[in-house]
Amino acid sequence: MESPSWAPVEVDVDRPSAARVYDYYLGGSHNFAVDREMARLAVGLWPDLPQIMQANRAFLRRAVRYLASQGITQFLDIGSGIPTVGNVHEVAQAAAPDARVVYVDIDPVAVAHSRAILVGDDRTDVVHADLRDVESVLGDSRTARLLDLSRPVGVLMVALLHFVPAEANPAGLLARYRAAMAPGSYLVVSHATHEGQPDEAGEHTALYQRTGTPMTMRSRAEVDGLFDGFDLVAPGVVFLPSWRPEPGALPDAHPERYSGFAAVGRRR
Amino acid sequence: MTPGGGERVEGATAHARGSFAQAWACAVAGTSYVAWGPAELAGYLLGLTDRLVDLLVADDFDTAPAVQVGADLVAAHFTGTETLSRSLVVLREGLPPLVRDCAPSDLTSRLTRAMGALAGGYAAALRERALDEQDEIRRAMFEAHRQAERRLAVSEARFHTMFTEAAIGIAIGDLGGNITEANPTLLKMFGYTAEEFTRRNVSEMVHPDDAPSVWQSYEELVAGRRDHFRVEKRFFRADGGVIWTHLTVSLVRDEAGAPAYQVAMLEDITERHRLQSELEHLAYHDPLTGLPNRALLSKRLAEIFSRPRTNHRIGLCFMDLDGFKAVNDSQGHDVGDQLLRAVATLLDRCCGPGQLVARMGGDEFVILIDSTTTLSQVVTLAEKILAAVALPVRLGGHELTVTASIGIVEQPVAATTPADLMSAADITLYWAKRKGKGRYEVFDRDRVEDEIAAYTLSATMPAAIERNEFFVEYQPLVSLADEALCGVEALVRWQHPTYGLLTPNRFIGLAEETGGIVPLGGWVLATACAQARQWRDQFGESAPFVSVNLAPRQLQEPGLVSEVAAILADTGLPPRQLQLELTEQAVMSDEPGPLQALGALNEIGVRLAIDDFGTGYSNLSYLRRLPVHALKLDGSFAEGLRRADSPNAADEQIVSALVTLAHALDLTVTAEGVETATQLQRLRALGCDTGQGWYLARPGPPQQISAMLRRGCSNVNADATTNHACSHQSS
Repeated sequence: MESPSWAPVEVDVDRPSAARVYDYYLGGSHNFAVDREMARLAVGLWPDLPQIMQANRAFLRRAVRYLASQGITQFLDIGSGIPTVGNVHEVAQAAAPDARVVYVDIDPVAVAHSRAILVGDDRTDVVHADLRDVESVLGDSRTARLLDLSRPVGVLMVALLHFVPAEANPAGLLARYRAAMAPGSYLVVSHATHEGQPDEAGEHTALYQRTGTPMTMRSRAEVDGLFDGFDLVAPGVVFLPSWRPEPGALPDAHPERYSGFAAVGRRR
Repeated sequence: MTPGGGERVEGATAHARGSFAQAWACAVAGTSYVAWGPAELAGYLLGLTDRLVDLLVADDFDTAPAVQVGADLVAAHFTGTETLSRSLVVLREGLPPLVRDCAPSDLTSRLTRAMGALAGGYAAALRERALDEQDEIRRAMFEAHRQAERRLAVSEARFHTMFTEAAIGIAIGDLGGNITEANPTLLKMFGYTAEEFTRRNVSEMVHPDDAPSVWQSYEELVAGRRDHFRVEKRFFRADGGVIWTHLTVSLVRDEAGAPAYQVAMLEDITERHRLQSELEHLAYHDPLTGLPNRALLSKRLAEIFSRPRTNHRIGLCFMDLDGFKAVNDSQGHDVGDQLLRAVATLLDRCCGPGQLVARMGGDEFVILIDSTTTLSQVVTLAEKILAAVALPVRLGGHELTVTASIGIVEQPVAATTPADLMSAADITLYWAKRKGKGRYEVFDRDRVEDEIAAYTLSATMPAAIERNEFFVEYQPLVSLADEALCGVEALVRWQHPTYGLLTPNRFIGLAEETGGIVPLGGWVLATACAQARQWRDQFGESAPFVSVNLAPRQLQEPGLVSEVAAILADTGLPPRQLQLELTEQAVMSDEPGPLQALGALNEIGVRLAIDDFGTGYSNLSYLRRLPVHALKLDGSFAEGLRRADSPNAADEQIVSALVTLAHALDLTVTAEGVETATQLQRLRALGCDTGQGWYLARPGPPQQISAMLRRGCSNVNADATTNHACSHQSS
């Protein structure tokens, strides 16, 4: 039971939602006309976007598999969005059947959708909270039920932190999450950057001002700086497709086209 | 599917199919997101390829498996728009080579139909999937709405509870100031019913003492230029009473950010305000008399001095009851307190607007008169107060009469400070006390400066003794019969390094007050005795006695007698060669100490003279009881005998009577202030024994006396005369 907040979250489907736009890029139909209009506008400006989103989703898959291979069986996926193809719990449970996953999102529709999908799965749950409200995320009874934070946990912030502006002090936020993570835990981050395709990135940032979640692009050094207190796993901070590609995948000649950095760090 | 066909299929190279599946995977790469790695993807597509090859070479051609392959593409999330078109191209071109070994005759037709079925199956599955997903997302949206509404309902219930149960008053109004809702606390606070309140407009809530900024803030708020303001404000209740509130008004905006309505929250701080003003009153008033206290006076002074006007003058009366301690001691503190209250009441009555009466503590009161024009204005008030205080007061059966002393200061504000003003009034009050009480004195800056200089002098006196800055001069006391030298008066002088030569009137008064006179007097006594002994050694019996002034303070010193005895022993001066001069006040003390001292000095053999006789009470009766040997008539008597043509007859008779009486008591009489020959002649005629004054001899260094003695010794009759006068004194 969630405690009622003083200002109930508005369910506003007249504005595009980052979660539903993402679903559209991945070929899903969990979206509304307003989301699709926004997505088409974005693709018009930046035709590579669907590929970038797919590369991001593929990175998530590889990272979860990697964490599972390192013995991680509990995952906290913050900013999980619409539970579409290749969900974390599917990937994780395929690798480790007893894996437990807590999804966190601020979008009430995404949360309601996730709950509908996860009905009957008692190893997975969804928390409606804001990343910035660390107490609500970590203190929620659902989180406490599924995750044992005294043991290593995989915290996923995939395509999330570019929605946290500098004023909200992402480093401070991460420090508070880090404090709750046992040594040996992992932090998975993918982050939009202007270093790959600066022109498109600028326009894209402007476009996202229309959503409830404006974007802040960050440089490689800035992304690297988010891992204070973590040891980066090889190959460090790299463009999305270059992070531990699948065996048999053809090397991409222009990984910078994907305009997103990927990295995984291990808590010291 | 026939076994033979199956064998043929088995016979086809697995390698060729694998290569085809890889090519297919490459063709659709990036058109859709599929949650597989390349190997898994190729494996999946290889399975589909196998099914399509089987279909094409089957004995009984059926398109149903192709429909399913299309559906399976969608199931694998090949949902991108280009996946199908690219797949169809790849399949059309790539499948025929795979079935080359056993191609049916109608392969082209089969291929076309299979592709059509695949596309149809794909489209149907995709449509189904899209509809399902749309259904899901809509349900999710409705669920999210339901949740939000549930939360909103809880929130509204909370707000409603808060609104009705809050201890603070809350009102909601539109931008025109019409009050639309008021909570029960607010209604109670104002004493209106809800109907009455909602008929009111904010603009009717003005209180005459509202700061202009309150309404300015309000205008800015309803105009959307500010989002809230917080003030302390008074309101009228329905019954006309006034309440003090802590008011917070907030602007609520609509979704577009335009002002929508206003919410006011009012905390009733009336009680706090009352308590605060009560505490303030207590802090600034004297609980006994109810008059303003020192703190309020200081505050008022600070206000006046912080913004003086042109030619702004201020007056202050510092009043103190005379002998209040005696009232307290004799009548008890109850009566003392009643007296203070009575005085407070009459002071209050004497003073008008613009005049502040404050009790400073004890029996001290201050009257502050702002914006005076003349000193006489303040003096008039002081006189009025003194007259009022002097009237007898009845207190609990007793009739009390008290007097007061007042120090008055009246100055331009620009010329002083509160602290200087107070201290000036305090000093002036002290003057009034010293001058005899029951009176007022007016501040005089020159006088203060003199006093300060004198005080500074007296403070440095002990060190000056050490540095030998003092010296003694001697003025002859001359026998009037033959003008022979019979004694000398020792007079102290101060050769000050800064101020030059100082006579006793510059420093003796304060030395008496500070006690500095005791060591100085001792030093003079020792010096004079040593000098007298020297003359005695030089001139024997013709040497003069030495007369030394003794201050009242010295007479009260318990060690005086032993000190005098020690000096006489040290110098070897015969006691009868020493005369101590005392004032009437000093010997008229009621205390036993000084009288005993006088007796003891007499027993040692020291002679005692009353100095300045005739200026005090001139009570002759006490002379009989005291071991006194001589009277020194004050110089004012000689002054009356000064004029040759018309001497003052009264003075002549008084002097004559005094001399007769003194002689009857066996006292010698010395006339002071002999400045002319006429005076000398008359005093001699009136029977005075010796004289002292400028006409006879001025004070001078000991050498001057030595020279006179040397001359006097050669004079005819000098010794006889001296002996006569001196024998009279020593008897």
